[in-house]
Amino acid sequence: MNPSSDDDDLWEAMADPTRRKLLDLLVAHGHATATTLTAEMPVSRQAISKHLLLLQRVGLVDGQRQGREVRYEVREQRLAEATGALSEVANRWDRRLRTIKQLAEQAHAADRSKSADSGGGHSPRTTL
Amino acid sequence: MDNYTIEREIEIEAPVEVVWRTITEPQLIRTWFSDAAEIEARPGAVGSLTFRADTDAPNVVGITVVAADRPHRFSYRWVYPPGERATEANSTLVTFTLVADGEGRTRLRVVESGLEQMDMGDDEKQKFLEQHRHGWQVQGDRLRDLFAPGHASSP
Repeated sequence: MNPSSDDDDLWEAMADPTRRKLLDLLVAHGHATATTLTAEMPVSRQAISKHLLLLQRVGLVDGQRQGREVRYEVREQRLAEATGALSEVANRWDRRLRTIKQLAEQAHAADRSKSADSGGGHSPRTTL
Repeated sequence: MDNYTIEREIEIEAPVEVVWRTITEPQLIRTWFSDAAEIEARPGAVGSLTFRADTDAPNVVGITVVAADRPHRFSYRWVYPPGERATEANSTLVTFTLVADGEGRTRLRVVESGLEQMDMGDDEKQKFLEQHRHGWQVQGDRLRDLFAPGHASSP
């Protein structure tokens, strides 16, 4: 499988809130079947089965047939990869916001010392 | 629709006007965001951001200002190929909201939405994901904590 279509699939799989909820439940329970998951979701069993198949296709869950049901569990390594795609954007903004905070606070402090200095004839350094 | 929406907030000990300048003026954008920035805080203004400017493969992306209500709201579309028109299909929407919080303090919120609507060619998508992957490795464990509290493996 080439890496870019692999990424596309993972990206798409994680974009759906129902599938994210299913992964959440699978992580919480360790494993589950479409039937047990239906009890906890406002979606039909048929829809859940479809979502699970898609998750299996992109490697986010493993399914093992047990009698008439398939027992699913999360593949943790793959999930870590996928949640990384979601959260990295947030982490980047966290870092940027921290820098913005630093810059704005420095500029503000400089502005204040500038106005405090203005009577004293001191020539202040500008930062902005 | 807004499945991939990021929302982040920070408290800053500076007045809104100072924060506004920090997030909108190109020479200041260069200190917290891109290596180079050509942008004007005016609705409809089209510009560019350059990342990795000092490498063999600089990454230039388009930016189009959607709203600029000084000093309370600044939003733009970005990460689309420069030269193209920014649309919902080729860009994400970033909105900064600045709220004065007492004397000389600002609550700054940023929302980035529309990540799921990115309809990029394979090359662009690959590039976009590569940029993210660098962070995935570093942040992997923490991310899993976020997504599945109580299920994290200890280092």
